[in-house]
Order: sequence, then structure tokens, then C-alpha cells
Amino acid sequence: MNRMNAIANSIAGTMLSPGLVARFRDPQLLWLFGGILGLLVVASVMGSMLSRFVRSDSARATVDNLNARIRAWWTMSAIFLLTMVVGQVGSLFLFALMSLLALREYITLTPTRRADHRTLLWTFFVVTPVQYYLIGIRWYGLFAILIPVAVFALIPTHIALRGDTEHFLERVAKIQFGIMICVYCLSYAPALLMLTIPGFEGKSPQLLLFLVLIAQMSDVLKYTWGKLIGRHQIVPGVSPNKTWEGFIGGVLSATAIGAALWRFTPFQPWPAAGLSLVIALLGAAGGLVMSAIKRDAHVKDFGSLIEGHGGMLDRIDSICFAAPVFFHIVRYYYVP
Amino acid sequence: MSAIHPLACVIAACARGISGVQVAWAGCRPEERQRIYFANHTSHLDFVVLWSALPRSVRTRTHPVAARDYWQRGIRAYLAKEVFRAVFVDRSSHSQQISKEASTASARRVIDDMSAALGESDSLIIFPEGTRGSGDGVGPFRSGIYHLARKHPEVDLVPAYLENLSRILPKGELLPVPLLSRLTFGEPIRICSSETKEAFLARAHAALESLRRKGQ
Repeated sequence: MNRMNAIANSIAGTMLSPGLVARFRDPQLLWLFGGILGLLVVASVMGSMLSRFVRSDSARATVDNLNARIRAWWTMSAIFLLTMVVGQVGSLFLFALMSLLALREYITLTPTRRADHRTLLWTFFVVTPVQYYLIGIRWYGLFAILIPVAVFALIPTHIALRGDTEHFLERVAKIQFGIMICVYCLSYAPALLMLTIPGFEGKSPQLLLFLVLIAQMSDVLKYTWGKLIGRHQIVPGVSPNKTWEGFIGGVLSATAIGAALWRFTPFQPWPAAGLSLVIALLGAAGGLVMSAIKRDAHVKDFGSLIEGHGGMLDRIDSICFAAPVFFHIVRYYYVP
Repeated sequence: MSAIHPLACVIAACARGISGVQVAWAGCRPEERQRIYFANHTSHLDFVVLWSALPRSVRTRTHPVAARDYWQRGIRAYLAKEVFRAVFVDRSSHSQQISKEASTASARRVIDDMSAALGESDSLIIFPEGTRGSGDGVGPFRSGIYHLARKHPEVDLVPAYLENLSRILPKGELLPVPLLSRLTFGEPIRICSSETKEAFLARAHAALESLRRKGQ
């Protein structure tokens, strides 16, 4: 561990950032990073073993898709953890970019009209950067109301001023929903960095890591349980892949993982389990809602950005409902 | 063969990023042979996106056909002429006020210009609708593509359908909204020796229209 610190220090020292050095020295964060690395190694080894043993074509397709997902997980984890090491600016840029990419996929599938062009420009290039900027300057009051209060009124006004009333309410509602999901809800994840919890000062990146880890693990575990023992579909009309077995297995195992990680959080074991349960349940809700939107738009995935995973929206669906609720529970109970 | 203008590469990379284009070679492979790509036209991004979807070796030999009246002056002329080495044609032959003879003569000049640019081995990108449409479906074709095909019956005409670019950068707007788009190359067509103008135009139009995905 000393040697690792020495290497980390020499790398970080060249960037002349004391913050970076501190983050590399933080043993808890190093343990979490090491744990994620271990998970990825285990997943890759299992994936390559599976690909050696499968025979039938349909199993081959499933395993190939699984391995593509695992490869993508390596990349996504690397990007996420790297931006986290850079610090708050890194995470803000990453999540702002994710918002833009998700919004792009969403609006592509949403029938907007010529008259909405300028409104969309504002949404992409003004509202989204401002929302993340507000986190950067820690202006919680405006951050929390900018989109649901101010932009909520501005979008329909702007569209009405353009004079095209064809499907007016539909267009407004669809753009509002997109900006709420892709920008407002998602921005609550890096907003966790704003929270200062007594006894947990300077460790707020671990809150973000906890949220993302539990949400994504519950997603992966739901998929795994579903593939292994899934029989009874929850809502076959929305998504044939979502089963009760996968849902219950995924939520319970993600809750267990969250409880086991309580030492890395400001929470005691039972609250850690409760919050993980909330994250996993809302993750399932997000996935279900996104599936319904995709079904309505007659597409399978939102895009092809991440190999094997569909688009950005397919990846953040488990975070977008969970992040604001997690943020507000933590803020209500833990921030004085 | 002259090299690609560095600015062309930069613009192409930006256009690809902004349009998030997914390219599908559905009816043919990208090859270094003489071709005439014909596409639906809804946005200024159309040509750049199509051009950037071609392999580098093909790009050096592929020219856009641009309307002289629109691309004549200032920065537009620089972009069209210097950066993308466009072939200029006069659109005036399509307005209905001028006499039939003048119109035929001017149409012939257009075809000659395009033929000269095509030369022995180069390729062209043309927009047979002649102007940017609204994005709902493919508009009627002008006859230029027929005369060009008649003059070069040995060259493959490749239909290329551009989807969603009208929403990314509609006519009359300056800034693009970075949505996702799609470009599908279809099966090449050639003119038959006995084919009439109307029959060929209808066939070419249908070839492009067939690349539209259902529900779009």
C-alpha cells in the first residue's frame, strides 16, 4: 500500500494538486476502487469462461451480449472513477455530458416540430450547462427550482411565441418530461457533492459512488437473477425481460450489498440498507418507465452509444428517479 | 489527385459529432469506384454528413454539386469551392418564366459541367430535388439526374437516404440541435437503354423512398 501511495503521489504531484493527492491517500476510496476493479475482473473471467462453454446459437448470442456489456462496464467504470479522481469539476462535466447525450436520444425519439428548434437549442446549450454550473457554485436554492419552476414556465411561453399551435400541449409536455428526466433528475447525482455531513466532511464523493454503485449493481443483479431463474413477467406489455424473480432477487441483493458497504457511508447499517432498498426500487421504476417510453416509440434501445447497453438513457434509467429521492432523504436526515 | 482540405476534415468531424450519424450500407459496399450518390435534401448538413460517411480514399474523389446562385458569394463560396471542391451548376433553368429553348440550353450546360467534373474516375453527390425540403418525405426529382445518367450509363447511381437532419439543422436556422440521425445507402441503380425520362425518375425516386424506415 505504501508503494502504491508513493506512485500515486508522484503522478498526482506532477499535476500539483493537493486535492488529487488527498484523494489517492484516502484509504476508503482506494478500497472502493479496488472492489470495483475486483468485480470487473471476476465478471470478465466468468464471461470468457462462459463463451468457451456455450454451444447453442441463442446462448451464444446471450453470452456475446454479456461480454460486450462487461467490456463496456470496464470503460464506463474507468471514465466514472477517473472523473471522480479529478474532483468535482470532473464529475460535473461527466454528468453534464451524460445529460446532453441522454437528452439527444430522448428528443430524437420525440416528435418535435420546426417551431421547437430554438427552444431545444436553449434546452441543450443554456439550461443544461446552467443547471450543472449551479451545483459547481453550490447554489442549492436555485439548483432545486430552476427547471421545475423557471424553465417550466419558459418552455411553453417560448414555443407559444413561435406561433405554431399544432400538437402544442403534446410537444411542450414531451420536452418538459425529457428535461426533467435527463437534466434535472440526473443532475441530483453530482449534486450529492454539495452535501456536507458532520463527521463525513470531504467525503461526499463516496455518496455519489454509493448511489451509482447500488443503482447499477441492482440493474446488473436484476438482469442476472432474471436470466437465471426468471419465470413470471411483471408487465409483459411493457418489457418481456422484467420478471418478478429478477426484480426481487436484484432488489434484495443490492440492498444487502448496500448494507455491507455501510462503513463507506455516513449511515449506520440499517439506514444504509434502507437507502439501498429505496435506490434499487426507484431504479426498477426508472427502468420500467423508460421501457414504456421505448415501447411507445417502437424502438428497442435509445441509441447505440455504449456497446451492448443501448444508449445513454438505457444506462441512466436506474439513476434518474433514485438520485433526487436519495439526495433529499440524505439532505433531510443527515445535513443539519 | 489533390489532398483533402484540412478544414474539410474538421467540418466533417464536427458534422459527424453534431449529427451522431449512424451509417448503414444496406445495398452496396463503400468502394473506390466511380459513383453518383443521390440523396434527399433537407439541411445544410446533408452534404457534409454524407461526404464524411465515405471512406477517406473515396472522399478525395467525391465532389458535391452546388447551386451557383446560393453558394456564389463570401464564406459560402470559399467553403464550396476551396474546401469541398464543389461543382457549381445554375439552378435558373428550373424557374418557369424563361423560354423553353433557353431552359434546354441551360440544362445542357448543367449536365456538361457535371459530366466534366465526373471525368474518368471521380464521383458526385447530387440532390435531385434541387432544393431543401421540409423533411417529410422525398420531393419530386428534377430531370438533371436523368440526363446525367443518360450521358454516363456505365456509372452506378447510389441512393442515400438521410434521416432526421431536417430536425438537427432546419432550413433558415443557424445553430444545430445535436440530435441523432441516420444515413442509409441503398442498392445502386443504372439507366436502361430504352427507359423514358419519367420512368427513370420514378424508379430513382422509388429507390430513395424505399430506404425510409417504416413509421418515419
